[in-house]
Amino acid sequence: MAETTPAATPLDELDRRIVNQLQCGFPICSHPYAAAAEALGCDEGELLARLRALLDSGLLSRFGPLYNAEKLGGALSLCAIAVPEARFAEVTEQVNAHPEVAHNYRREHRLNMWFVLATDSLAAQRATLDAIQAETGLAVHNMPKEAEFFVGLHLAA
Amino acid sequence: MTHDELDRQIVLATQSGLPLVAEPYAQIATGLGIAEAELLERLRAMQADGRMRRIGAVPNHYRLGYRSNGMTVWDVPDDRVMALGERIGALPFVSHCYRRPRHPPDWPYNLFAMVHGRSRAETDAKAAQVADEIAALLGYACRDWRVLYSSAILKKTGMRFSG
Repeated sequence: MAETTPAATPLDELDRRIVNQLQCGFPICSHPYAAAAEALGCDEGELLARLRALLDSGLLSRFGPLYNAEKLGGALSLCAIAVPEARFAEVTEQVNAHPEVAHNYRREHRLNMWFVLATDSLAAQRATLDAIQAETGLAVHNMPKEAEFFVGLHLAA
Repeated sequence: MTHDELDRQIVLATQSGLPLVAEPYAQIATGLGIAEAELLERLRAMQADGRMRRIGAVPNHYRLGYRSNGMTVWDVPDDRVMALGERIGALPFVSHCYRRPRHPPDWPYNLFAMVHGRSRAETDAKAAQVADEIAALLGYACRDWRVLYSSAILKKTGMRFSG
């Protein structure tokens, strides 16, 4: 099911600093919110309340540890399919029905369906790919990363 | 690096997020039946060896106003792709940058860089900046590249470790 895109949410100056700074990292210590609040120039209670509001409104999709699936023994791959327009809805359902499909985007190209497979192992990745190919009757192009480059991503709020 | 049963339990207990309480690690440690100091040590070790990238906030791009998400893809010489990837990944508006296998003849591209903008015009301008950067490094214009815009999010549940 395609999601509608909500409008940008207005943020005040402290929200912006919280979103910008906490994308970079968070302390590992007994009172981490107090430590982070001090760096942000607010108090612990205010930071906790702001974070709760940012999560409740969906502006933050999560807050916590970000693990590296491959280093934990899992496998990730980006896969693409050229889906005939007339079958797009049907194939979307077939692909999305697999819990291993973590996200799926429609993109403007002959290869018009792009999804990420997240599995516990390479064998499970292969099995899921094979199942999707069998169910849809379409070729799945498997494009696991061969190298990951350091990214300094911080989306400015 | 050893990733033992306790580390696995820690990943499961924290992957949905950190509790919003003054002492979140103490709360998690209590749930796992371990001392807070042990949890802090384990988390620091996982961050140090890369099993954990960081603890942090993940914004929803759309809600921040970044409604245009372009997957830029580049066909660059295999012997230059690593050096190019390092430079492109470091650009401030690139959120992911990977080398991936080509699938000729359908797909000749071997370098992927995700670019986010508030509008398609802004994303196009950023993609053009990536093209300039690549041309400067190669000494000639990239022979083939594209921007694939996303026209719909069909699913977004994120990754879940099942333990």
